Amino acid sequence: MLRDITLGQYYQTESVVHRLDCRVKLVATLVFIISLFVVDNIWGYVLAAGFLAVCIKLSNVPFKFMVRGMKSILFLMLFAMVFNLFLTPGTPLITIWKLTITMEGVVFAAKMAIRLTLLIIGSSLMTLTTTPNHLTDGLESLLNPLKKLKVPVHEVAMMMSIALRFIPILLEETDKIMKAQIARGADFESGNLIQKAKAMVPIFVPLFIAAFRRANDLAMAMEARCYRGGEGRTKMKPLIYQKRDYIAYTVLLLYLVCTVVVGRVLPI
Amino acid sequence: MALKLEHVSYIYGADTNLAIRALDDICLEIPDGQFIGLIGHTGSGKSTLVQHLNGLIEPTEGVITYDGRNIWEKDYPKKELRSNVGLVFQYPEHQLFEVDVFADVCFGPKNLGLSKAEIEERAKKALELVGLSEEFYHQSPFELSGGQKRRVAIAGVLAMQPKILVLDEPTAGLDPKGRDEILGQIAHLQKETGISVVLVSHSMEDVANYVDRIIVMNHGKVLFDDAPKEVFKHVKELEEVGLAAPQVTYILHQLKKCGFDVDTQATTIKEARDTILKAMKEGRTC
Repeated sequence: MLRDITLGQYYQTESVVHRLDCRVKLVATLVFIISLFVVDNIWGYVLAAGFLAVCIKLSNVPFKFMVRGMKSILFLMLFAMVFNLFLTPGTPLITIWKLTITMEGVVFAAKMAIRLTLLIIGSSLMTLTTTPNHLTDGLESLLNPLKKLKVPVHEVAMMMSIALRFIPILLEETDKIMKAQIARGADFESGNLIQKAKAMVPIFVPLFIAAFRRANDLAMAMEARCYRGGEGRTKMKPLIYQKRDYIAYTVLLLYLVCTVVVGRVLPI
Repeated sequence: MALKLEHVSYIYGADTNLAIRALDDICLEIPDGQFIGLIGHTGSGKSTLVQHLNGLIEPTEGVITYDGRNIWEKDYPKKELRSNVGLVFQYPEHQLFEVDVFADVCFGPKNLGLSKAEIEERAKKALELVGLSEEFYHQSPFELSGGQKRRVAIAGVLAMQPKILVLDEPTAGLDPKGRDEILGQIAHLQKETGISVVLVSHSMEDVANYVDRIIVMNHGKVLFDDAPKEVFKHVKELEEVGLAAPQVTYILHQLKKCGFDVDTQATTIKEARDTILKAMKEGRTC
């Protein structure tokens, strides 16, 4: 049931992208997102889509698996598109009652749809190829300079990794509780909105209790292992750049230069 | 009113590279009034199998019929099936949510759309069957001990008055006293009401004392499906799949080796005691 949510999930397989240093992937995702907002013409988007396609191909993650996670965001995208379509001022194209679709609106909505799609696929490629632990490790290491400004980088990273780790755990728990209540004849589908909301009580109460129980257990386990924050903590697998990571950085730089040139300088 | 599984297979994550065949060509029949033990070590597919029994999971291949009718037929009344086949999950106390014990037990029958009087009568009966007296009715389920919580949860399913009761590891995490109490109550309940009970466990000891039939699972397949006496003849095979025969079986085999004329097919402690006493009276020694 809930297992269909793939957003933010890790897909286990063997590939170059999986083996890349997590810092490279984080920087690459950031660069990719920036590039999407820099470009302003169709060729820029073609280039970005092409770059993403190559990355997906290299990652060995089936495209079908990736798109399945997109369904949940489709509604949000449609919502944003409709608003842009009607509320952008400019040359009117069609007028229905009090709503006007403008030329600028159509172009803007189309651009936004392309941007959002590429952005979501791009960032889900990162989470699909990087384990949550690596992700926070990389983030901590990239944000390290902020420690000088007294930002609690380690604590933030730890909180993030715990939050990420709890997503699948709580999903699984929800699945189990739902099944158990269905086994007792609970019905989550029929009825009006109020009845449906009421039907959620038998899920939410046990789920909250489970979340607190898990959090309590985790705190206990961390204390039993003498956890006391990031000060002087060493890593079992320290992050070290390999040759392929430098190559990846070079490719990334080339990509950024290309998109800026193509997406900004070339006409249309 | 038998539940029948024909060539049932189930695959987890069918469209990923991590596909796992959790069930592989299972054929089973659960008739009325039988006490069945379902045994297998962790990951053998027991929990997946029991979720097929009341239609929570749709099999990838194969057919499941209840009373001769395919339960995955287009408009099969699933609610009715779930009231007929009651499933108690592992750690069922984690699903309690109501303000008091009585209200929680009422949840199941309430969902069946029964009258208020009928709901309350069923809840009272169910709580009586698991041995909880009236003083517990208006306590919060979260204030009870582990064993009591579990009984409340089991009563919650019993209140739906199923014809087949499936319990997934009902004794997990309980101390020996709690375990014996729960198992004793289930056995008593089975005799009293004459329903079928499927008891899932990884411990032969738990099961051997109570059941009429044992199904042993291994790697998603049914390895043995027979009376306890017959199953325990295969001590070697059971050990190979990470299980064991009850301790009395080992003792009796050892005694036989030493020259005592004991019946090695005894499975319960009582049977073992009788056959050992008989052998001793006949006066044989090592």
